[in-house]
Amino acid sequence: MEQRTDKNSYTIIFAIGMVLIVGALLAFLASSLKPMITENERLEKQQNILYAMGVNANEGTSANFVSTEDAPKLFGDYIKKQLVVEGKTATEDDQAYLIDVKKEQAKAKNGETRRLPLFVGEKDGKTFYIAPIRGKGLWDAIWGYVALDKNMVVQGAYFDHKGETPGLGANIKQRYFMDDFIGEHLLSEGGAFKGITVAKGNADPKNEDKTDNEVDAIAGATITGDGVTAMIKKDLKLYLPYFQTLKGN
Amino acid sequence: MGKDSRLILDPLADNNPITIQVLGICSALAITAELEASIVMSISVLFVLGVGNVVISLMRNIIPSKIRIIVQLIVVATLVIIVDLVLKAFAYELSKTLSVFVGLIITNCIIMGRFEAFALGNSPWRSFLDGIGNALGYGVILIIVGFFRELLGSGTLLGFPVLGDPIEKTGLYALGYENNGFMLLSPMALIVVGIIIWIQRTKNKALIED
Repeated sequence: MEQRTDKNSYTIIFAIGMVLIVGALLAFLASSLKPMITENERLEKQQNILYAMGVNANEGTSANFVSTEDAPKLFGDYIKKQLVVEGKTATEDDQAYLIDVKKEQAKAKNGETRRLPLFVGEKDGKTFYIAPIRGKGLWDAIWGYVALDKNMVVQGAYFDHKGETPGLGANIKQRYFMDDFIGEHLLSEGGAFKGITVAKGNADPKNEDKTDNEVDAIAGATITGDGVTAMIKKDLKLYLPYFQTLKGN
Repeated sequence: MGKDSRLILDPLADNNPITIQVLGICSALAITAELEASIVMSISVLFVLGVGNVVISLMRNIIPSKIRIIVQLIVVATLVIIVDLVLKAFAYELSKTLSVFVGLIITNCIIMGRFEAFALGNSPWRSFLDGIGNALGYGVILIIVGFFRELLGSGTLLGFPVLGDPIEKTGLYALGYENNGFMLLSPMALIVVGIIIWIQRTKNKALIED
């Protein structure tokens, strides 16, 4: 085209100008939308926690949260206590659900103590203990919330992911996968922590045996499934000392 | 005007970006295990390619040729990030469905290909039509592949079980039919695309290269 666009000086000025404009535009957008995005994420956490304990708007085979408008009120109604667990003791903290599990995991790696949030909910006279978990899938982070009773039997689970393959690993957030966890035991019969394995070919595809510490895997999603197994084993085990104190009561 | 309408119609068949130009194969393999994902991806690419082509076309006389590829890359990336941020703030649920595709859109070679081959040398209106046409051509193939992969791989369409229940053995499964798990894996997408290419070239011999 024209000669002036071929000059080095023009190229450099253009590059600098473009970077400044694009950078400013994105920075402006990101910072002006930040409060709304944070608020959305906060409501989503409440929805996730409520979902795990069975407060949801599920219809047919699809997984639906309670609406964002209702979430804060329902969260207040159903979640009786928010705890931060440390070994066998727990302290109350009504902002515990805002604890960033990812940051806490990083802290633990650096040798610092990790704060473990645990939410105590009550529904229809039953008490639920809901713990957040986080791990790695095939492509990116996966996380979830698991609702337990005091014997560490799963009462409900919610999983989500950042970038698993649609149709394969992404199906961990489908009802048919999440609902399989309901009723599964995390402990062996002797009371040792075993976790729940997402197992291939476990000869129990209808998931009738709830004490085998296994659920049926999703075909084509082996690594994501292994990630789910690993995050359940690793993160929920940390709550074991606290649950042992509950059993005594 | 006849020329303008060809900008839309050509990429749908005789100059299809996937089956003829063989671009955008990577995303066609990655996300077509489900019909819904194929549709979402098609709409996203439609938006990014339509708007991106116009932006590049408007800038075509001031972009230094030495760094034009980088400039194109920045335009796609910026567009995608803006869409992602706005959705996160105003339509959070939708943004979660789309987040998987953000990275895949930026790296889609059809987008860079159209910027480079068309938008840099044509007016904004024609570039817009070209973008829409190519995105539709891409979308059609994606949806066909997604349809067959979900139907034969999972026995569902858009998540609805259309062939019966594989575990309870109802519907077609009562007759001994089984889902083909291999359809869910990427290699089968390549084979389905291959079959489409085969059919297309059988019907129109002019497309066969020597």
